[in-house]
Amino acid sequence: MAFFPHLLLATLEGLVTSAVLALTALGLSLVFGVMRIVNVAHGEFFMLGAVLAWAITTTLTGHPAFGFAVALVVSPLIVGAIAWVSERLVLRRVEYNPEATIVATIGLLYIIQQLALTFYGPEARPVAPPFNYRIQLPWFGYSGYKLSIIAASALLLLATWFVLTRTRIGLVMRATQYDRETAQAFGIPVGRVYGAVFALGAMLAAIAAVLIVPIQQAHYLMGLDPLLLSFIVVIIGGLGSLRGTVIAALLIGVSDGIISVFFSPTLAKIIATLIVAMVLVFRPQGLFGTAAK
Amino acid sequence: MTDSKRFFDLGKSGLTRRTALKGLAAGAGLMAAPGFVRYSQAQSSAPIKIGFQAHRTGIGAAYGRWYEKTTNAAVKLINDAGGINGRPVEIIVEDDGTDPKRGAEVVAKFASQHKTDIVFGTLFSHVVVGSAPTAGELKIPYYVVSEGYHVASGKLNRWVFQPGITDVRSQVTSVAPWVAANLGKKVTMIYPDYAFGYDHRDYFAPAIKAQGGEVVAQIPIPPTESSFTKYLPQIPADTEVLYHVMVGPGVLTFVKELGEFYGSNKPQLFGFIDSLEAVDINSPGLEFLDGSHFWEGSPRYAQANDSEAQKAYRAAVGIDDNGASTTDAKDVSTAAHMFGCWETLYVIKKAMEDSGYKGPEDRAKLVEATEALTEFKEGPEHPQGDKKFNGKIHQVFGHQNISKVEGGKLNVVHRTSIEDGMYEPEGDYTTQPL
Repeated sequence: MAFFPHLLLATLEGLVTSAVLALTALGLSLVFGVMRIVNVAHGEFFMLGAVLAWAITTTLTGHPAFGFAVALVVSPLIVGAIAWVSERLVLRRVEYNPEATIVATIGLLYIIQQLALTFYGPEARPVAPPFNYRIQLPWFGYSGYKLSIIAASALLLLATWFVLTRTRIGLVMRATQYDRETAQAFGIPVGRVYGAVFALGAMLAAIAAVLIVPIQQAHYLMGLDPLLLSFIVVIIGGLGSLRGTVIAALLIGVSDGIISVFFSPTLAKIIATLIVAMVLVFRPQGLFGTAAK
Repeated sequence: MTDSKRFFDLGKSGLTRRTALKGLAAGAGLMAAPGFVRYSQAQSSAPIKIGFQAHRTGIGAAYGRWYEKTTNAAVKLINDAGGINGRPVEIIVEDDGTDPKRGAEVVAKFASQHKTDIVFGTLFSHVVVGSAPTAGELKIPYYVVSEGYHVASGKLNRWVFQPGITDVRSQVTSVAPWVAANLGKKVTMIYPDYAFGYDHRDYFAPAIKAQGGEVVAQIPIPPTESSFTKYLPQIPADTEVLYHVMVGPGVLTFVKELGEFYGSNKPQLFGFIDSLEAVDINSPGLEFLDGSHFWEGSPRYAQANDSEAQKAYRAAVGIDDNGASTTDAKDVSTAAHMFGCWETLYVIKKAMEDSGYKGPEDRAKLVEATEALTEFKEGPEHPQGDKKFNGKIHQVFGHQNISKVEGGKLNVVHRTSIEDGMYEPEGDYTTQPL
């Protein structure tokens, strides 16, 4: 295959990765930014989203698009509810102590993963995409559904940006992120905001998973990769910075696509890790983050 | 203490510290003396304990579940027919998490804690390679159902056997002539980037070359990869046959992306069913495989010419004509591999009977008795077909099936002879000391 089509394919692949990664990482970044805690179970919320999408689409009959649309709404809601409950029952009890939260969320990770193994099983199960449209380019064919993931992700990111910057809920979240105690002094129910942010973070991961599941299948171990990549993106992009997260996701996703097509996937991972190390050394707050107060 | 109390019934005679100490010492002496009281008891009726190293969790969990079902079905039959040497067989399961490090720990646990007679059952090659040294050190026979070439290569040790399933080298050697004659001679290989994939890479290329064909490209894919489109441009345009063997949850994606990439203008596909074990061949996205060919160890779908033994085996394990569970049609089995558990257990039975196996002190005799085996006849104990066993490399050789995907089923179109898969042995375990 000639150079240009090869590059085009690599870029398209990279963009799909970026789109899903941006949503997942944004969830992690929100929780990281507002609550100042590390949610190690984030990848499991992603996995839950995919597994629930499978459960919903197989329960509903009719056109695959109908089941998928329902999954896209219901699955994140269920995951959000689970996240909210675990925030209330676990994280609040350890008072968001950074070390204790890490241990607690590792515990959550295993609990969710093993419950999925017990009730869902070890198989990788497919979900039918809402539509099967293959775009034939002069050099190769490409999945229309994959292109729609990029568009859907962009819309969702815009929506999140709108909520965070143009609505009252977003204002309350940003106030809590900026200074927790002052926010509380001004009558903001910080506890409820934390619960909501944790749920929202998990929902973003679940939405990303529902989008990806028609091309990747639901599997109980699928949460690990998105978790690691999300951490990389959040570190590079900067804590709680929406813009930083999106740009870092694009950087990691597209470079991963291009480097793994032209060189090797291992090299792509090496370079991503190297970027993380460099950012940590020269700009610990991330490319677009503000220094911690 | 509670045990010795009951044993000596100290309650009646009045317990002094001295008698209690004596009792304790005597009890300890009894426990320490090998083969004394406890042993003569074991000889008559105590069960033969088989440690089953199972992939209950981790990437191999789907295989592990069906390996367990097959094992339980075979053990039930063996016990119903009087067990081994008149003793019942007891299976003790430990999860290895499909992880080599954990695998080695599990083998050690079987040997020292559960005190099983042997260890059995593992599939994933990295777990076998990781566990084999421990089995060798602890001198406990280790019967694997893994199909990697590692056992036959002579690089493991005298305690490791693969008597129930053929190895990858044998499989690829035997299917190469058919591929060259029926599908094409210019082959591109796509395989996982670790030991199991390397067996394919190293032995298929020379095998197809011997048939006048050639491998035009080799594309290794990391086992954790979840998206494959980016590798597909590496497939040369003059490829006639795309040889694919993938393992893990990404397989459906792989096939789907191949379909999107090629559309209707595709090369011939030849795959190893390993990719699609436990996956319904009629899953959405797999339409692209229609008309393509697969290697199968034992056919998933019931065939018109199935033997009575094959039918009985399928009924005992609980799979229907589509190779799915009889209780849940969506629960597709790993039929191409799991028969190996069944056949391995019968090989163990035969070797234990030949050696008059009584207990762990006879393990060396059991190894020699297994090495002395040469042939297994097709029948209820070997439903997949007859086999030849090479005691020097601890590896069995058998028939392979090539199946075509037609009308949502896999139909066997060719069955290789045992000789097709024979190769010059590279090692000899029998020269190693026991």
